[in-house]
Amino acid sequence: MLQQAFDGLVSGAFYALLALGLAVIFGMLGVVNFAHGAFYMLGAFGAYVVLDDWGVSFWIALPVVPVALGVVGVVVERVLIRRLAALDPLYNFLLTFGLALILQDLVKREYGVQSQPYPRPSALSGSVDLGLFTYPAYRVFVLGVALVACLAVWYVLSRTRAGMIVRAATERPELTRALGIDVGRWVTPVFGAGVALAGLAGVLAAPMRAVNPLMGSDLIIAVFAVVVIGGLGSIFGSVVSGFAVGVLTALTDFYVPSLSQTLVFILMVVVLLWRPAGLFGREEGIA
Amino acid sequence: MRPFGRTAALAAGMALLAAGCNGGPGGGGGKISDGKIELAVLNDQSGVYADVSGKASIEAVKMAVADYKAKYGDKAVAKKIEVTSADHQNKPEVANSKAQELYDRQGADVILDVPTSSAALAVAGVAKSKKKIFMDVGAGTTALEGAQCNKYTFHYGYNTYMLAHGTGDTVTRDGGKNWYIIYPDYAFGQDMTKSFSASIKAAGGTIVKNDPTPFPNDNFSTFLLKAPGLNPKPQVLGAMQAGGDLVNLVKQYNEYGLKKKGIGLAVGLMFLSDIHSLGPDALAGTKFSDAWYWNASPDNRAWADRFKAKTGKRPTFAHAGNYSAATQYLEAVQRAGTDKSDAVVKQLEGYKFGDVFAKNAQIRAQDHLLLHDAYLAQVKPSSEVKEDWDYEKILKTVPAAEAFQRPDAACKL
Repeated sequence: MLQQAFDGLVSGAFYALLALGLAVIFGMLGVVNFAHGAFYMLGAFGAYVVLDDWGVSFWIALPVVPVALGVVGVVVERVLIRRLAALDPLYNFLLTFGLALILQDLVKREYGVQSQPYPRPSALSGSVDLGLFTYPAYRVFVLGVALVACLAVWYVLSRTRAGMIVRAATERPELTRALGIDVGRWVTPVFGAGVALAGLAGVLAAPMRAVNPLMGSDLIIAVFAVVVIGGLGSIFGSVVSGFAVGVLTALTDFYVPSLSQTLVFILMVVVLLWRPAGLFGREEGIA
Repeated sequence: MRPFGRTAALAAGMALLAAGCNGGPGGGGGKISDGKIELAVLNDQSGVYADVSGKASIEAVKMAVADYKAKYGDKAVAKKIEVTSADHQNKPEVANSKAQELYDRQGADVILDVPTSSAALAVAGVAKSKKKIFMDVGAGTTALEGAQCNKYTFHYGYNTYMLAHGTGDTVTRDGGKNWYIIYPDYAFGQDMTKSFSASIKAAGGTIVKNDPTPFPNDNFSTFLLKAPGLNPKPQVLGAMQAGGDLVNLVKQYNEYGLKKKGIGLAVGLMFLSDIHSLGPDALAGTKFSDAWYWNASPDNRAWADRFKAKTGKRPTFAHAGNYSAATQYLEAVQRAGTDKSDAVVKQLEGYKFGDVFAKNAQIRAQDHLLLHDAYLAQVKPSSEVKEDWDYEKILKTVPAAEAFQRPDAACKL
């Protein structure tokens, strides 16, 4: 039971990392980034490709692949997203949706749909004793990295000047602009950072999940539900709801397996009926 | 945009995503005309089963056509033969409408392959109403030759009974008495669980518990954590997942070290491509049933070499099965001297033959199930793998007469 709940935290870590990036991008750019799942998939494939083609180990891929994807994110924002920023948000929604399909199909074309092999790093192949139970070392590591990443994002956003601006621009873009701050200048790095977080989740997933072109699209719908539950644009909400959904899904798997797939959507409906802006979203503006 | 509007837009987008927009139909057209045979391959060309069968099965069917032409030359009854294809996206409703289109508008005389049990049953219904031939290779459900059998549908390749009979029976008799079965919650997984349970019980084993898992699913940890605590403790984890789900499951099975805790792994359905994804060491020693293996004999290997020259890959049993089904269909047309469905059905019923895929084979007249030799295979450790894709050791041949179930009384052709 305790072990099940703990295990839920690990799947929650993936939800949280992905939801965090989505929430920041959405808050600041107003872009519903449907390509996020594809970036997660590219993170896992990136780790596979550098290992397979160049023999680059997991430990190097872990920082390098997310950074490289962050650069890709910057290019995508500059070349594509930015051009549509002035139009109805629907355009950017369709753009990212199409982008996700294109990325997925390009990978499919090159590698097929079968999963690619990726070994667990040997240093983390055993289990660790957590006092109450023993647990696979790699999963403890994943949880640790996710927590560190979430804390780092929290630190940057709450303790630095850049973070303050980003937060202000996320919560009140118009007002921030009115104060003479160039919000547009911050958009590109924020998008890149969000994509890098998705890439990090992807690299972490490679040793424990099937690496194939569909892995992102299978996951992203649930992650969107997580973001909606947490409150669109709420950074704190997306992290909390990510971990909470992970734990609740694990417990549902344990007691009522047949319900676990729909659980996240039931939660979403319940939360929206109760608080239409999500658990930590702003209520104002709902007429 | 206000938060509420944003939420609504997002919800609409999620609905769009959930509806799935991956890839359109493949294949070209062809008009109904006399003196032309149209073979249609209907399968998954972009989703989870695209590598198991997919586009490479179209190549296998084209190989069968070329071989038929070379064999009969001027004496061939069918002078003009075309191969067309379509993508059913693993959805029964799509499979239904594609099958109608293939038979009616594209003039297909036979539909081949159709993996995913729910989709296969939909196509069987269409074949029955159109009185056109359907030879299923890719789907596992026994309902095709049971309650939902019909005069125009043939089940060609394997079924859940064959998989369960080989694996469930052998593993139980080898000492794996207590089983914990986890299965993907759709037609195939449910049918597999039924067949495995029957086979395990018949061999003197017990099902401690069986749990449905989401499909598709990337996280099986709850079930893996639950396994050692069940009472009595299971000795075998019976995994009915396929493709990417199976890969996720095996990775996590190894992560939790269940083998060391005394819980072995038995896999219901495994394709060559799955072993390739996991690497043989992740599965070394795992026993499973196979309908065909590319490196089991010089003949198989010679065909696999030709297939590889065309597709760049080693064939799964589904690829070889499609080659064989197309070949036997064309042979039946040749014997009948016509492509009229009723005449071809008559030629197929009860026909005994052997080809590169089907050994000691017979198409059973009562229910249109292809009986042929099946195999019990074991995954080699990487130290024994001498060349790419050669991952299996064939432990024994299950003779055709034993490998498949008796005719189901529910089937009335």
